[in-house]
Amino acid sequence: MISLHGLTKVFPGGVRALDGIDLTIGDGEFFALLGPSGCGKTTLLRTIAGLETASSGHISIDQTDVTSSPPGRRNVAMVFQDYALFPHMDVTENIAYPLRIRKVPRAERTAKAADVARRLSLSELLRRRPAQLSGGQQQRVALARAIACHPTAFLFDEPLSNLDARLRLEARTFLKRLQRELAVTTVFVTHDQAEALALADRIAVMSQGRMVQVGTPSEVFQRPATTFVASFIGSTPMNLLPAKAAGGSLHAAGAVLPAPASLTDGDDLVYGVRPEYMDLSPIARPDAFPGTVSVLENLGTSTLVTLEEAGTFIQAVVDEGDEPRLGDRAWAVPRRALVYRDGELLSP
Amino acid sequence: MIRHTVGRLVSTVFLAVVLAFFALPMLWLASAPFDDSPTITTSVPEFTLNNFAAILDNPYALGSIRNSLIQGGGAAALVVVLAALAAYALSRVRVPGRDVLLYLLLLLSSVVTGTAAMVPIFELATRLDLIDTHLGVILVVSGGLLPAAIFILKDFMDETPTSYEESARVFGASSLQILRHIVVPLVRPGLATIAVWALASVWGGFLFQFILLRDPDKSPGSVILYTLYTEGGAPKLDLISTFSLLYSLPVVAMYLFVSQRYGFRFHGGIKR
Repeated sequence: MISLHGLTKVFPGGVRALDGIDLTIGDGEFFALLGPSGCGKTTLLRTIAGLETASSGHISIDQTDVTSSPPGRRNVAMVFQDYALFPHMDVTENIAYPLRIRKVPRAERTAKAADVARRLSLSELLRRRPAQLSGGQQQRVALARAIACHPTAFLFDEPLSNLDARLRLEARTFLKRLQRELAVTTVFVTHDQAEALALADRIAVMSQGRMVQVGTPSEVFQRPATTFVASFIGSTPMNLLPAKAAGGSLHAAGAVLPAPASLTDGDDLVYGVRPEYMDLSPIARPDAFPGTVSVLENLGTSTLVTLEEAGTFIQAVVDEGDEPRLGDRAWAVPRRALVYRDGELLSP
Repeated sequence: MIRHTVGRLVSTVFLAVVLAFFALPMLWLASAPFDDSPTITTSVPEFTLNNFAAILDNPYALGSIRNSLIQGGGAAALVVVLAALAAYALSRVRVPGRDVLLYLLLLLSSVVTGTAAMVPIFELATRLDLIDTHLGVILVVSGGLLPAAIFILKDFMDETPTSYEESARVFGASSLQILRHIVVPLVRPGLATIAVWALASVWGGFLFQFILLRDPDKSPGSVILYTLYTEGGAPKLDLISTFSLLYSLPVVAMYLFVSQRYGFRFHGGIKR
């Protein structure tokens, strides 16, 4: 278990990379730190590892306060974005390096490295140098090295970002299965929302050194707490339309929609609908957003349609075969929507 | 077409002249030691090995090569160890004014190795009882070589990504373990370069050795070469050429060995 209390990191020069982070990550949990670049997620991971010292606050790992412990005393293993395999050592020596530091006799650590390598299908590559391995193999060696030292927690910095797109999907499935099997608490950093949704048991969405929302992938996807999270999560960005409450209804982008009970007239709101939760209608209806089809993007089994109306863009995903033609008039009917006031989600 | 041919001709002639300029002294060094009566011109030698017998009879010749090895090897070892530690620290720790310090040292070192600082250095060596000792020569020439060595090695250190070291630190490695296991193997080509360069500079160095050493038993080859003159002041070309050849062989051998052994770099392990 990893607990963080009021963790703050201010870099020399006054940049506040972490701003009072409170978080508890449970035993065996696969936890994602998600956010755009510069949001502090990597700093948070490095602070847990001990590569950065916290300006204030506390970190404890398995009930032991490690806030001021050096990195080697925290019993965590980190896999770096560039893998950081030692180029002058072969695969065996790389995997056995943590054991060498712990003064494990050579024969024992070589056997141990071979054992871990076999679990990750690296047995054929033990004598190779990192430069003679493919990206996917390098990643597995880096994982093997982390596993070999039996840590209480794994820390992964952008574990999949250096693989090409096809391999990334394979590696994602592999990583998730591996983490399930090992059942070791794992924290990983990513800027890719799809990766976070697919891998993690829970996600913390970060922005400007703070946690904006912590929740399971479905919570974060279905009920983004703020418009920032709403725009960040989802492979196609959510439609966020300015709206006004009047006479018990919501008026947004030419549509009149049912309003949640707690609204008062004249409130400035944002009406959010995922393109996946929009239906397209070829005939006019009052509870739909009108527009002219201006862009069609083929997504394989579906198509992303962009409607344009007086400078406002509305996107909807339609199944294959149901695409409108460019220039058609169409009406986008929201199926499931979220309403935000001052950037915060209103509970329905 | 004609212009092209003339151009080729001119450039070939030019290159031949430049080549001859550098090759002739080499040719002299290869032929004169085997010549019965060498002159300063290169010619087909009247073959003899007497010159080698004569130089071996010289009481200081062989000993001076040993002295050169002690002084050059000592200075090279000292420079490599100290420069590696300093360069690693300067590369990894943010010190205010670090670059200014480095450039200042580099500037001063060209003064220190020059004649300008000769009198104070002699004075210092006298007071420290370092006159006529190998250690005195080693310390003085190392001091002159260190700034440039640190400067070059810092570049090598800067090039090795810090994620290697951070990775080792998370596994619990201490600073010295990181230096031994990770940094030194990675910058080994740089260390080899510095060692060769330091040894070669001391090998050919003359002024410090000439001034700091009184006893010809401790003088290196570069100083002994200066004694191979007749009483009238005329150079004994037979002995000079023979000794020069013998004196250059160890350095050439070392250069070949090091370039064969360390003249490569590691690649990979870091995905860019």
